[in-house]
Amino acid sequence: MELQTTGVSIASVVLFAPLVGLIPLLFFGRLSDQQVRISTLITTLVTFGFSLLMLGSFDSADGGMQLEHIEEWIPGLGIYYHVGVDGISIWLVMLTTLIMPIAVLASWTSITERLRLYHGFLLMLETAMLGVFLSLDLFMFYIFWEISLVPMYFMIGIWGSKDKTNFFGREMEARIYAAVKFFLYTMAGSILMLLAILWLGNNAGTFDVTLISQMLRDGTLLLDTDTERLLFLGFFLAFAIKVPIWPLHSWLPDAHVQAPTAGSIILAGVLLKLGTYGLVRFNLDFFPNAAIDFAPYIAALAVIGILYGAWVSYAQTDVKKLVAYSSVSHLGFVVLGIFALNSTGVQGAVLQMVNHGISTGGLFLLVGMLYERRHTKAMNAFGGIWKVMPIYSGFALVITLSSMGLPGLNGFVGEFTILLGSANSEVISIWYTVLATIGVILAAVYMLYMFNNVFMGSVDKEENQELEDLSWRRNWYELSALIPLVILAFVIGLYPTVFFELMDGAVSNLVSHFDATLIAGR
Amino acid sequence: MLQIPSQDELNILAALPVILLSLIASLLLVADRFIPNKRNIAWLALAGVLLTLGVAVLQAGQVVEFGNEGLAFSGMFVADQFSYVVNVVALLAALIGILVSFEYLERTQLDRGEYYVLLLFSAVGAMFMGASGNLVMIFIGLELLSIPLYILSGIRRPQEESEESAMKYFLLGAFASAFLVYGIALVFGATGSLDLNEIFLAASDLSAADASAQYLLLIGAGLILVGLGFKVAAVPFHMWTPDVYQGAPTPVTAYMSVVAKVGGFAALLRVMVTGLPVVLEGTNNVLWLDSVQFIAGITLILGNVVAIMQSDLKRMLAYSSIAHGGYMLIAVAAAGIEGVGNLAAQAALIYLAAYTFTNIGAFACVVAIEKDDTTGTLMNDIKGLGTTHPRLAAAMTIFMLSLTGVPLTAGFIGKFFVFRAAMEANLIPLAVIGVLTSVVSAFYYMRVVWNMYFEAPAREVSRARQPMLAGALWLTAAGTLVLGILPYILENLVRDATLVLIP
Repeated sequence: MELQTTGVSIASVVLFAPLVGLIPLLFFGRLSDQQVRISTLITTLVTFGFSLLMLGSFDSADGGMQLEHIEEWIPGLGIYYHVGVDGISIWLVMLTTLIMPIAVLASWTSITERLRLYHGFLLMLETAMLGVFLSLDLFMFYIFWEISLVPMYFMIGIWGSKDKTNFFGREMEARIYAAVKFFLYTMAGSILMLLAILWLGNNAGTFDVTLISQMLRDGTLLLDTDTERLLFLGFFLAFAIKVPIWPLHSWLPDAHVQAPTAGSIILAGVLLKLGTYGLVRFNLDFFPNAAIDFAPYIAALAVIGILYGAWVSYAQTDVKKLVAYSSVSHLGFVVLGIFALNSTGVQGAVLQMVNHGISTGGLFLLVGMLYERRHTKAMNAFGGIWKVMPIYSGFALVITLSSMGLPGLNGFVGEFTILLGSANSEVISIWYTVLATIGVILAAVYMLYMFNNVFMGSVDKEENQELEDLSWRRNWYELSALIPLVILAFVIGLYPTVFFELMDGAVSNLVSHFDATLIAGR
Repeated sequence: MLQIPSQDELNILAALPVILLSLIASLLLVADRFIPNKRNIAWLALAGVLLTLGVAVLQAGQVVEFGNEGLAFSGMFVADQFSYVVNVVALLAALIGILVSFEYLERTQLDRGEYYVLLLFSAVGAMFMGASGNLVMIFIGLELLSIPLYILSGIRRPQEESEESAMKYFLLGAFASAFLVYGIALVFGATGSLDLNEIFLAASDLSAADASAQYLLLIGAGLILVGLGFKVAAVPFHMWTPDVYQGAPTPVTAYMSVVAKVGGFAALLRVMVTGLPVVLEGTNNVLWLDSVQFIAGITLILGNVVAIMQSDLKRMLAYSSIAHGGYMLIAVAAAGIEGVGNLAAQAALIYLAAYTFTNIGAFACVVAIEKDDTTGTLMNDIKGLGTTHPRLAAAMTIFMLSLTGVPLTAGFIGKFFVFRAAMEANLIPLAVIGVLTSVVSAFYYMRVVWNMYFEAPAREVSRARQPMLAGALWLTAAGTLVLGILPYILENLVRDATLVLIP
């Protein structure tokens, strides 16, 4: 099968816009630190602008791929440069382009060393992550998937925390340990995916996602049960580590805690979604039979993750660690929604990916602001913050409530839809939903516990008396990073239909695999 | 009666790059007597390599056809796309090798004229091996490749490490050559020919009943594998590698680590795919097929695992080059499966090209940080290089990522094609070993990166500017990235490289 090459589309513009920002960083020798920050901020904002244009030209009636751009890349192997969006990936692209300016703002004063390198990595990371969401060729997808490790590795390793850790009796820098663990862990998962990709590519004669999907649907490329399961697992392992699904999560607390604030925001906000996106795009679309077979087991891991993450969060004394473990719990919901294998579940999962980016990204941002003022993340160092920083605390309240799923805010819509989907699912039992609901309650417990400890009560620590609140005049970058997140938390919470409508076509296209006859046949 | 072969049979022009480089090397050997400033010898050698490289690129890109494609020198020399690509790779290795050596030899007082002559001759040897149509040619090519390398590794006499390196390399190398010759003799005994095509025909005609000839053939092929396996440092014939690589002057190591693999693998593929696929494919010879796969597997595991423990960069890169031999051996093993021969040979060529840029580049970085007294190549010595020498560190990072096989670098493309061949050949266990050991390798390559970027500077690496070395670094880093981003350049070049002559 052949693909027709097309002209440049807005998707390509969005993909490579961040790289344009590398030019001043590399070649303009005289930029001051502030100019480096400003030029990167402008680049990420322009990219966000382009992605808004893309959203504007997106046709919600079409459930297939849109705004495609196809060029020949390695014709001998059937590898194309092929990008495009559908109703699922467009939201993740939007999330990425939104989070990146916030990440730049979050580093405004906290990063002071090797600024060019740092901002260069931020921009490379943005293109890598956008590439994962936009790629419609397996070769290209793998390239972006794998290359996204490199900037994050450097960000954690160079600008990470100053903590020490004990590694087999030797003291070493905790950030180095975390960076290497992150790199090796994720690479170990993704490298088996490469073999699965090669198998598909060799047997289909093309690496194109749309073509392979079509061939698998119309039976041109038939997989026997064992092959399909192996391929499913090849992809699944890569994504499960990235998400991370319990019990493959152990890299995450290390990476989150050691990373600089912007690194944590990007990790939680976008990088983890590469995994859940992959599950939707490949595991569900390519291997529906295996997905049905494995759904109960994966859902079980997801539920364990939900409860385990919540349980461990409650035990944390370090605020950043608490937020990190809460990610494990929240992403359990997303995975549960995906493997409900019905339209409601997948829609809820996609929306919850965005929600988690907003609320957990926001929480890391808030923790970072507090850390910059007090240089500690220990929960017992705080207390009564509301009294000294009322504006900051107001934002923190909204984001905390959004994260624990209060009705009217974004988290509620996502979690509720997911639970609805999983309750109606034909492949997983109702007990998963029951247990996951307990997770929702636990989320309220640990989140409020944290909020209570940090913000409520009296100011009993000397050092907390003089903390500086947010203000436009003194630290505009903090407010401008927080405000969009809070607005979005309300918008998604109050008008979720806008989001659901746009993804409806793509999701129903995807779940049309899982009609009753197919499920009954397994 | 002696027959004089016709012009067509000789087809001399087809071997133009090899002839040209041999002539240049011979002339330089004479010129060395009359040129007191050894810098000029280096310039001449550089010009000669560039000229030959130009010719080789024209030939490989099928822009200009020199002579006819096909056999030359009455079947001794094969001028096909495979050998053209091998020529280009070997010449690139020589080119970068000269650039890397230039200032290093001066600052360590090793600048002797014969250095460059020997370097060129061993490139000629590698090119001969890639173009062999005959087992004797492979042997001669191997000797021409190896003997200059023995001398080069000992060129820093009377330093003990260098002498030890040369002695060890020479003794074990001579031993391996003996294996090869013995193997050739046994194959000749079984098939009555030394010509690869004739061996193929004779071997496929060997009736199953003729058990003794079968065994001769099998043992002969096994001994050839041992001989060539030694050259490419396959486990368990790798014991010489770490000591030789560490003891030899670093630019020599850089060059040797690549050119010996180019020659060795080119010859190995010629023998295994053109001459003896019967041995590989025959249903009775599962043992043989398994042993190639086994060698590939343990080479990967041992090379990668032992590299973790090294604290000296040169020694770490030595084990890493053993490991990379393992990835190319995956391609050799895949080439033994029916129907995958050409695909696997092309994958091996792509891997070799990628490896050439990356590995010489990595060694060039070691050359850059090495002190004049040959110390300063420890892992600790590169601490903080990211702040003190940002460009050098960036180049080293690119090479380390490429050796790991991270996308957008040549190394990834090489691995991609090799694993693709392995999957096509259904060698899934071997492919799994390959990818998992890549993860292991990520640890020690990333260790270099974290020492450069995440640690505080340990010592100042400051020296006079070395423009030639910088040029080599730019060239290799650019090559690594360009091949990684635009892999179709390589893919186009090797697409016509077919070794399976008789389908």
